[in-house]
Amino acid sequence: MRKNKRRNFREAAIRAFFFTCGILAVLVLLGIFATLLSTAIPAFREIRPSEFLLKTNWDPTSPEKAEYGILSMVVSTLMVTGGALLLAVPIGIGVAAYLSDVAHWRVREILKPVVEILAGIPSVVVGFLGIVLFGPAIAKVFHTGHGLNAANGSVLLAIMALPTIISISEDALSAVPAAYGEASLALGASRWQTLVRVKLPAGLSGIIAAGMLGMGRAIGETMTVLMATGNARSFPHGFLDSVRTMTSGIAIELGEVPYYTTHYYALFAIGLVLFVMTFLVNMAADVVLRKYQEKER
Amino acid sequence: MNKTIVITVLSLALLGSLLLAAPARKMIQIKGSDTMVNLVQILAEEYMGKTPGAAIAVLGGGSGTGITGLINQTCDVANSSREWKPKEIDQAWEKGIKPRFFVVAVDGLSVIVNDKNPVEQLTMAQVGALYRGEIKNWKAVGEYQKPVSLYGRQSNSGTYVFMQEFVLGNKNYSADMKEMNGNAQIIEGVLQDEGAVGYVGVGYLFDQSGQVRKGLKILKVSKEPGGAGYMPTDKAAVDSGDYPIARPLYMATNGKPKADVGGLLGWISGPEGQAIVEREGFFAIGPNHKAQNEKNLR
Repeated sequence: MRKNKRRNFREAAIRAFFFTCGILAVLVLLGIFATLLSTAIPAFREIRPSEFLLKTNWDPTSPEKAEYGILSMVVSTLMVTGGALLLAVPIGIGVAAYLSDVAHWRVREILKPVVEILAGIPSVVVGFLGIVLFGPAIAKVFHTGHGLNAANGSVLLAIMALPTIISISEDALSAVPAAYGEASLALGASRWQTLVRVKLPAGLSGIIAAGMLGMGRAIGETMTVLMATGNARSFPHGFLDSVRTMTSGIAIELGEVPYYTTHYYALFAIGLVLFVMTFLVNMAADVVLRKYQEKER
Repeated sequence: MNKTIVITVLSLALLGSLLLAAPARKMIQIKGSDTMVNLVQILAEEYMGKTPGAAIAVLGGGSGTGITGLINQTCDVANSSREWKPKEIDQAWEKGIKPRFFVVAVDGLSVIVNDKNPVEQLTMAQVGALYRGEIKNWKAVGEYQKPVSLYGRQSNSGTYVFMQEFVLGNKNYSADMKEMNGNAQIIEGVLQDEGAVGYVGVGYLFDQSGQVRKGLKILKVSKEPGGAGYMPTDKAAVDSGDYPIARPLYMATNGKPKADVGGLLGWISGPEGQAIVEREGFFAIGPNHKAQNEKNLR
């Protein structure tokens, strides 16, 4: 009897422990959001929200007039991230299709870990490649004088987003029931037709989710873009312009900003906007993934 | 069983004594100006070689970062390539920090271009106009048909602030200026970009053998249009003030420096330290600054 009671207690304690572990991630997320929100809101005592979101000039330390418009930075972030996806999604899907459908299993056993190692390259190293390798190459190809621009950032972020996109797309393609492919081949379709018209559409929601998670990875990247995109504040007119993303803006200025000033709060407000953007992207990815899993069941 | 207890007690005692002993070997933390970080690092190494027991760590990050560090007490000495702003001094006093300033070297802030650029000399006003974005093509200042590509520092840099106040006349930088992480990155940019103009501390112009970096051209700067231009590497011109954009480099402490920090600062102001300052391409301080430093040490 007594032994039984003790066991029940132990059972409950273990359950409580794992519940705490599970809920911790949620608490941390809520905590970060609350901190960000409470530190960002005071910025709007002096800055009009419309001015903050729609003006293109950002110069809080200006000796003439401090300006707090983040539109250039938002557009730069979207440009660099969008460019990265344009490069990384087609390549990523290609690699995923190769891995799941074409490659010999031995090749796959080698290639998959290699792709995963790619994810582990530190972002400073990628940024360094941008300065010494891709930047000069872009300058040479487009005759721009220098390669510190949005195109350089896009190429580097594409490299960083590729592992995520490849590995999740590959999972999605592998999860397509074998019967689909077999049925298609039995109907006389070639392997190419089977891949493009049957397997890719069947795994589409997974592939979309892969792209969105890759985007989430790219949008928040800081060091790489800080090193490789030139950080000019002007509104970008093309991929060959130097751009300053939201993350670089925060990284450059947070180190020296006097605490509890409008400038300080405004940097957190940028962080909040970025947080909301990544949150939306990740949530969209999650919704798409869920839909796809339901369909499979 | 007994053995286990003995080992546990011993290892705890060992750990405790390590923790207690650690503060005895306290590191002097120096932080700030990127222009000064190499110089101060070399000074610190030489000083540590000569002074048993001295331990010094030198970090960059920009003048603003160093000043914030001293105010927030995360470092013992703040390097800055500009004067502290009144606002920063007020902030320091509010937190009970009483900054004292030591001028340790003089820098001729250098305007550099790619050596494909035929321009040899600019006036102060032209440098200002370039960086304000008013001159878009080199055609406006010489025989060179090429769009101007601006390289500068980030707002946490003392050099950025010094240029803005002193050369741009307290006006905004052009939004097209590329904001680089440090002096070395500006040089990399200028070496590759034929339309480039950049500004760096004089100590960054030379390679290991003491020659001006290949592919780089240092411009002469004159005060007035038509006036004589001088090089930032010309010691006499910097000393006399003929080179118009020279500036003192500061190290700041909280109140009277403690014995270890004071020893370092005294040595830097002295003949040995100043010889290294000159060897690294910067300029030695004059008698006024030296007297001021000695007063501050007391």
